[in-house]
Formats: sequence, C-alpha cells, structure tokens
Amino acid sequence: MNDYLLISFIMTVIGASTPILLAALGELVVEKSGVLNLGVEGMMLVGAVTGFAVTSITGMPLVGIIVAAITATLAALIFAYLTLTLTANQVATGLALTIFGIGLSSLLGEGFVGFTIDVMGPVFPAGLAEHPVLRVVFGHNVVVYFSIAMIGAVAWFLKKSRAGLILRAVGESDSSAHSIGYSVIGVRYAAVAFGGAMAGIGGSYYSLVLTPMWAEQLTAGRGWIALALVVFSAWRPWRLLLGAYFFGVVMTLELYTKAAGITLIAPELLAAMPYIATIAVLALISLRKSAGAQAPACLGQPFKPST
Amino acid sequence: MNTDVACRLELRSVTKAFPGVLANDQVSFKVGPGKIHALLGENGAGKSTLVKMIYGIMQPDAGEILLDGNVVHVPNPKAARAMGVGMVFQHFSLFEAMTVLENIALGLDENISHAELEKRIREVLTQYGLALEPHRIVSTLSVGERQRIEIVRALLLNPNLLIMDEPTSVLTPQEVAQLFETLRHLAANGCSILYISHKLHEIQALCDGASILRGGKIVGACDPKQESARSMAEMMIGGELMDVEKGPSRQLGGDRFVVNSLTVPGEGDFGVALDDINFSVREGEIFGIAGVAGNGQNELLLALSGEVKSEDSYTVQLDGKPLGKLGTTLRRYFGLCAVPEERNGHGAVPNFSLTDNAILTARNRKGMVNWGVINARKAETYADEIIQQFSVKTTGSTSTAGSLSGGNLQKFIMGREIMQTPEVLIVSQPTWGVDAGAAAAIHQELVNLAGRGSAIVVISQDLDELLAICDRMAVINEGKMSKTLNVAEATIDEIGLLMGGVHGDPNSTTEMTEAAHVA
Repeated sequence: MNDYLLISFIMTVIGASTPILLAALGELVVEKSGVLNLGVEGMMLVGAVTGFAVTSITGMPLVGIIVAAITATLAALIFAYLTLTLTANQVATGLALTIFGIGLSSLLGEGFVGFTIDVMGPVFPAGLAEHPVLRVVFGHNVVVYFSIAMIGAVAWFLKKSRAGLILRAVGESDSSAHSIGYSVIGVRYAAVAFGGAMAGIGGSYYSLVLTPMWAEQLTAGRGWIALALVVFSAWRPWRLLLGAYFFGVVMTLELYTKAAGITLIAPELLAAMPYIATIAVLALISLRKSAGAQAPACLGQPFKPST
Repeated sequence: MNTDVACRLELRSVTKAFPGVLANDQVSFKVGPGKIHALLGENGAGKSTLVKMIYGIMQPDAGEILLDGNVVHVPNPKAARAMGVGMVFQHFSLFEAMTVLENIALGLDENISHAELEKRIREVLTQYGLALEPHRIVSTLSVGERQRIEIVRALLLNPNLLIMDEPTSVLTPQEVAQLFETLRHLAANGCSILYISHKLHEIQALCDGASILRGGKIVGACDPKQESARSMAEMMIGGELMDVEKGPSRQLGGDRFVVNSLTVPGEGDFGVALDDINFSVREGEIFGIAGVAGNGQNELLLALSGEVKSEDSYTVQLDGKPLGKLGTTLRRYFGLCAVPEERNGHGAVPNFSLTDNAILTARNRKGMVNWGVINARKAETYADEIIQQFSVKTTGSTSTAGSLSGGNLQKFIMGREIMQTPEVLIVSQPTWGVDAGAAAAIHQELVNLAGRGSAIVVISQDLDELLAICDRMAVINEGKMSKTLNVAEATIDEIGLLMGGVHGDPNSTTEMTEAAHVA
C-alpha cells in the first residue's frame, strides 16, 4: 500500500467511524444514567432524514445538523416519557422506537429521494486541508472535530464534574440517589435527550456527508453497532473512541479490498464483517469473568419513587 | 413559643395515610437539645414513615413539624439538610462502584473541590476517632465502614439533629460499641439524636428518652434507663411477651446431619467462597450459625438446600445418606427442607396463591401430586392448616403470597416447612423483620420440631435469637466456619470476636465491655 493509499484509507476510516462514535457516545451517557435505549438506530434515521431535508431546502448543512439533533431528541423524549414517566419496559420501548424511526424516516424521506446537496467542506484552509499528508489531521469537516471534542468533554464531565457524578450515581443506585434528594427521573430525561441529540447528529452524517443523499434505512444497522460499542468500551469514553475506529477499519477494509479487486474473500462476507465483529466482540466480552461488573448497576431497571 | 425553644424537634399531631393504611396517626413528641431520643416500635409500626417526613422524603397529610420552636415545611431532603437535619439510613444510600469520597460528595449540597472535601473528611474522622479511607471503593468495604460513610456524610453538615434509622441491624457488637461512642460524643456537643430501633438493650444503653409507636400511634413514653427490656417489649407489642420453652426433656440423639469438607468457589465479584465447612447436628439439636451478613451465609444456605450442588456426594449427609450431588427436590424427598432469607421471590412466588406456594415445596412429602396431577383439595387443606396453626393473618389460602406482610409470609413459609416434619431443617434469618410476638411463636415451633427429633440449622445475624434457641453454635466469617461453641458456655465477647474475624486479640477486649452490655 503506497503512502497515498494509506492516507486516503485513514481518511475513509475516520469518516466511517464518526457517526457511530457520536451515536455510541450519546448512548454511553444514557446508559451511565441507568437507562437502556435500544432505539439508537431509529433516532439516527430520524436525524438522517430531517437533516437531509432541511439541508436540501436551506442549502445550509449546519442548520440541517442542528435540526437533525432536535428531531432525534424529540424522538428520544417519546421514549423517555414512555419508559421514565410511565415506566414502560425499556427494551420493548427501545425496539419500538427503532421500528418507529425506520417507518417515519421512510415516510418523510419519500419526497427527497434523488435530491443532491453540497457536502460540507473541511474546516481548515485549503493549504492545510488539501496537503497530501497533513490532511489526515486538518482535512476534516466540523463534525469530525466535534465528535472527538465531545469524547473529551464527556470523559471530563463523567469523571470530574459534579453533574457527571450525580448522573453516574443515578445509574449506580437510583433508590440511593433518590433518598439523598436527587431527581432520578429528571437526570434520566436529560441523559436520554442528550443521547437522542448525539444519535441525530450521527445519523445526519450519513445523509449529509458520507452518502450524501437519502435512501430508506440509510444507516443500515449502524445504530446496533453503536449499542455494541458501548458495551465493548466498558462504558469508558476514550475506549469508545478506540472501538469506533476499530469498527471503522473493518468497514473500510471491505471497500478497499473490493476496489483493489481482491476476490479471495467473497464480498458478501466482507460486507458482513462489521456485524460479525460485533457479535464476536460481544461474545468475547461476555466470556470475561468480570463481565457486567462495569455496567451501571441500575441499567434498564425502571424507577418509581415512593411519595 | 418561648417555652418551646427548649425543644430541638417537636412533632404535633403528625398524620400520614397510605392507601388502605394509616401509617402515622396524630403522632406528637419532643426531643431536647443534646438528647438521644429513641423511637421504639415493631416493624410496620410507622417509625420509618415518621422520620421520612422529618427528613423531607415524604410529606405529612396533617400536623406540624417544629425545629427549634419554629414550624417548618420540609419539601425535600435538601431542605432538611439546610435546616441542620442529617439522616443515616437503615438501608445505606451508597453507590457501590464509587469511592468513599465520591459518595460523600454526593450527599453534600455545596460544590467543593475533592481536595478540599478530603481535607474536611479527614478532620471529621480525627475529631470523632473514626477510621475510613476516602479513596477506597465502597464495594470493598465492610458494613461497619459503609455506615461510617453515612455518618461522616451527615457530620460534615454539622447537624443539630441526626436521625439514625435502625443503625445497628447489620453491625457486629464491636462496631455497635464504636458507633455508640461516636453518638455520645455528638450528643455531648449539643446535637440531638433521634434513634430508631427495636433493639431494647441498645436503647437502654444509649437513650435518654423514648417514645413508643404501635400501629402508627404513640402508645407511651418512658425513660429507658428506668424500664426493663421486657416491659418496653410489652409496651411495644401491646401484650404479654411469650417465653420460649426449651423443654427439659429434650434428648439429643446421634448425628443426623453431617456437613463434611464442604467447599464451594465464590461466584462473580461479590460472591464469597465457602472454605472447608465441617459441622454436624444431632437428632433433636438446634445448631446456630452466627456472622455478619455477607460472610458466606447465602452461599452456605444454597449449598445445604441443594440449589448449588456439590461435586462430592459425601459433603452433605442425612442419617448417613450422601446428598451432596442431589438437587433441592431430591433433598426434600430425603427429608432435608430449607427456608431462605429472601421471602418474596426466593422462599415464595409473590404472585402465586398461598396454596400454590404450599404445593411448590410440600407436594412430594405431603402426597399432593399423583402421576403429575395436582390434588387441589389436599393442597388447599394443607395451606389452610398452616394458616391456622401458625396464625397467619390473611384473607384465605387463595390470597397471593405478595399480599401478606413480611412477618405473616415468614410465618407461612416457616409453617409450610415445619409441618412437613423434615428430618433436617435449614433456616436463614427465621425472624428477620418479624415482630416480637410472631418471632417468639416461630422460635417455639422450631424448638418443638427439634423436640420431635429433627436436626435444625439456624443461620442468623441476631445473636439474641441464637442464644435463646440453639444448643450449639459456630460463627461464619469470610466463608470459613469457626470452632463450635456450646451456647450454655459461650460468652458474647467470644462470639463477637469470632464475628469480626479477630481470633483472640487481647487489645480489642476493652472495646468489648460495652458491646457485652448491649447484646
């Protein structure tokens, strides 16, 4: 592999990793607060379609991204209302949210199939962004830098800030947090909303940057990979970055082997690699003896305060 | 108003109702500054509800709460803390996977840096002579240390009133002695303490005054130092306390139940491994196993009942028959019945009727099933018999197990096993959360069962209980069993030391003096 190919390989990996990184980071915060939202895929699709629609109308991708974050947050709040206020089962509601997101995005996106938009350009000036080597660092659009900055921000928030401490406490023991006087439901609403916004931004990255167009089920199950990543990372933000880029490499390898005309492995098998890797990683993690020890103790449990 | 200023806390006709039950009915009492006041009552008498209202977790339906003579409204715990009210919960409100420091930070309302907080924690620890390492993860701490976190959390706020809800239920006698010293120190500095307990010896040792709560009402007040434990117990239950009669004629036969080199590896991160457990119980004997919770009691019960099978048949023997490799059903068939600590969900299925719950463990020994078909009438008769003989308060055998109060369900479960007349009965915490009257009845039934020749193993944290009914006992600590003691000769010091895992350390005996008075 020559230098040029290596550089463009890395660029592609970063592109492929960014949306799952964003969605997984949001879900990490949600799970840290003790809520399991399996609707990541659905929220990503809602973000993808609304972001694309708004961008194609306004011509401003940044506005599209913001709208994607807002609409996906609204979808997440439906989930929050059902599971937190009405204490519905989180697994069932999360699955329903995914199905809802698939259906809604198909419906909304019908009129936008075949539209094209301008792709967001790099942040830095052309001298840096198009430099043959330095573009690895400077050649990205704003969302890529945002995703990495968010990793740092979430890591700091969870570890150092008081609000982060309270969020972890709520996920660790909801009844204790309640008896000390914290609003368990309030904290969880906020976390679920944040998870929705991140999933929405992640979803819009597909329709605004990677593809860039709208097609039904555009995210192609990447929301599930994001969910697996959270477990893979043992609920640690920096490890999440590592995991997301690992999956990015697996997904990109498929493209490059195809392009290079390597037929040793069936392309269908290569296309399935990210999902096989997901299953393999999850199985390996479950085999570990301390499996589940790092998970927030109240993950997925409904909380009903006594009055 | 001026006369009331002498009161740190005053309640006036505080009333709180839940659907179907009046938890507190016109409760009034006063606590002076620097006084340690006991709130005494059975489980379900309404003590916890009452203090939750003082601490702002619940709101009273009617009545007034006064602090330092002023009527206050306490909307939430944060407001309570701002008014100088601290609380230490019965079930700790701690976060297992976090450090001591983080846990304490969560209980404070001001946002201060961890370095500054650590400094203040160390100051409080030195001032009260408490030992605690701020950077340890809570899940690695003993129960006594966990409670110290709660206490430090409350002390950092410089409270005027500290509420302690059943603080000693999980402590060793040594830890109780240390706690009392801290509380006296606090009271001497002017902090009032509202102390909730149903342990009468403790209240006598510690408290200046007591209000007695029964069925949500204040039924009396007393000076614990002037009363006997018995008279307070009778005020608490509102009747005469029954004594357990061991019966002089009880004959101990040969070994009925033998546990031989039982070793079970610990499961998961928090499981305790059982390490070479050996003991035997004779015909007609009650054998007690004491110990602080979490030292392998649950694992031992599972291994004895058959929920966890052994790899060697001879680790568990009944009348010489090796049962080690058998599961619960077959062990029951051979005459080994067991009652686990957790009633709802382990000892009984909450959503099943009492009859169905009776079938679950008694079907074979009581011949309720023929060719896989349940004989409903037989099962119902058996359930009715249990309800009658053990005076279980319920609307009938068709009501669900979950609808019974903890004490009543415990009576039902104990009855279900005892009336099968097992050759060997293993029980864990037989009277945990059961009121004194029912506890005495359960103790009497256990003694009677032993009188009929059964061998009984009682696993309990309640030393008074073990001393009252057992013939011999041992202590389990970190999955290891101590030497066996004859209850008639054992001293509380000796047992306490074994519970703490300190095997004959002379320095700790001085601390023991108070513990001996207490337990």
